[in-house]
Amino acid sequence: MNRLRMLGLAAAAALLLALPFITDATLGHGWVRILDFALLYVLLALGLNIVVGYAGLLDLGYVAFFAVGAYCYGLLASPHFDLHWPLWVLLPMGAMLAASFGVLLGTPTLGLRGDYLAIVTLGFGEIIRIFLNNLNTPVNITNGPQGVSLIDPLRIGPWSLGQVHHLAGFDIPIVVNIYFLFLLGVLFAILLSRRLEHSRIGRAWAAIREDEIAAASMGLHTRNLKLLAFAMGASFGGLSGGLFAGFQGFVSPESFTLQESVMILCMVVLGGMGNIAGVVLGAVLLSVLPEALRAAGSLQQDLLGHVWVDPSNLRMLLFGLALVLMMLLRPEGLLPARARQRELHG
Amino acid sequence: MDIFLQQLVNGLTLGSIYALVALGYTMVYGIMELINFAHGEVVMVGALVALTVIQALSGQGWPVPLAVLAGVLAAMVVCMVLGLVIERVAYRPLRRAPKLAPLITAIGLSIVLQQLAALIWGRGYLSFPAVLPPVSVAWGGVIITAIQGVIVALAGLIMAGLLVLVQKTALGRAMRATAQNPAVAQLMGVNTDRVIALTFVLGSALAAVAGVMVVAYYNVGNYTMGFMLGLKAFTAAVLGGIGNLPGAMLGGLLLGVVESLGAGYIGDLTGGFFGSNYKDVFAFMVLIGVLVFHPNGLLGSRAQEKV
Repeated sequence: MNRLRMLGLAAAAALLLALPFITDATLGHGWVRILDFALLYVLLALGLNIVVGYAGLLDLGYVAFFAVGAYCYGLLASPHFDLHWPLWVLLPMGAMLAASFGVLLGTPTLGLRGDYLAIVTLGFGEIIRIFLNNLNTPVNITNGPQGVSLIDPLRIGPWSLGQVHHLAGFDIPIVVNIYFLFLLGVLFAILLSRRLEHSRIGRAWAAIREDEIAAASMGLHTRNLKLLAFAMGASFGGLSGGLFAGFQGFVSPESFTLQESVMILCMVVLGGMGNIAGVVLGAVLLSVLPEALRAAGSLQQDLLGHVWVDPSNLRMLLFGLALVLMMLLRPEGLLPARARQRELHG
Repeated sequence: MDIFLQQLVNGLTLGSIYALVALGYTMVYGIMELINFAHGEVVMVGALVALTVIQALSGQGWPVPLAVLAGVLAAMVVCMVLGLVIERVAYRPLRRAPKLAPLITAIGLSIVLQQLAALIWGRGYLSFPAVLPPVSVAWGGVIITAIQGVIVALAGLIMAGLLVLVQKTALGRAMRATAQNPAVAQLMGVNTDRVIALTFVLGSALAAVAGVMVVAYYNVGNYTMGFMLGLKAFTAAVLGGIGNLPGAMLGGLLLGVVESLGAGYIGDLTGGFFGSNYKDVFAFMVLIGVLVFHPNGLLGSRAQEKV
């Protein structure tokens, strides 16, 4: 059994290592880029999973923390302020900044009923965007709707990931460099999530999620624990934001709309709240799906002679429907957490 | 001083609209302890339906008041049906599910409604046909337009009617009983399912009227208009004390005034650092402020979580 497990892990590792090269060779750079984004979304979904899946709190403005991390990196590593801080300072800083925003936002709301949190986070997501959009006058901080461009590429020591490397006769393209960095981030996040889930804190979160009053009467400090979950989730968002900014080289308020928050929530719900494998599956599915829907646009053009349903419109429509249908028909998600399944189906 | 009074008038107009929408949130919350996230989208649908009907009818030469009336009625009918559907699809099957489930279906449904509206009406801004005469009364230095007068008066009438309905009629009594204790109400012969459905229908009818007011006031409508409006109306409901009808009215009016005055004066107060483009931030600050300092709202009773 143990040997089988080892073999499985080795096969998975080999596949993950080879995947970008195979994709690059067969489908081209564009699809490796899609893989990169899929990994970024996995990271985001794992962060939101801590909040929604473990602690049972609905965060509808998760993208705000992503934005905080992205602007933290973008502003401090670009010609905008002529600052070029290194990655190992900026990534933790973005994560911590996002976490402190989470604490600021959670402190007034987490002691109250759960629904308040949902609506406050929804508002917070919009407010952050309004500030990013307007903080260019009279002092130019965020450069307004134009966003921050020419952000330094991700760089680890002397290794810039923003250029092609030659290794043992192979060319390693930029998107593949990024793939490995993001993969590292995802593995770290999975490890952390697993450890958290089975820790004392993770069990406390589960207790709060199931019955807050019972949990409190067992001596758990529910508000602080919820705050911790919220800040934890936010820090994942901040970290992904930094990675996003360094990868794109450009950030603008447009990337951080409510639609993104909903999409990440959808990944968590579709895959299975509280289950890491489920969340990863959900994130990969939903980040690759829009590419498939892009094809749906040209398909309509060919078949019906006219694009009846705009692909981005169709995408959001499907996401909304998925949220409703999953809750009604299969609330535990595609790959449910075992405990969740028991709760929902006696 | 004139500017102050003018902003006050604008704020009261806006506040009347917020109050109507806030009533929808507060009624549903009072009965089911659930935030109906899709309520803002109902307002949007009402607004766009009315806009389309008024445009079509006045294009065919209908007299203006009749076209507007038909538009309002059409919006109300569509929204009432929509409210009924929302309750059936998104909330009724989940009444016994964990709290997170109806919240997620509600947000999903509001996305679906938004996208359907984008499909039907397109992504651009629709303008309200110039059917209403731009009459206004100057009173001192303050200008009150006819449409402002109509909005405030109509909102006042509707709210008074709602209070009578809830306090004096059999349906109102059934609603209050269901809000207090659905199980006992059912034992006493109240058809709670029907009462809950009717609450949604009633709230949606108010939302439709509010939607028409918004497009008539701002002259434009768009498929995204329900989102911010819903957020603000929710804030108004919390400000007044969620679950409390007079509270929602008071909260709506207050929020409208705060927003107008805030947007009018923020530039002077901050030495030009922040401009009126931050006006949407006020509602949010009010929301956080209320939640921190007085979570039960102005008129709300102490909310106790039922065990």
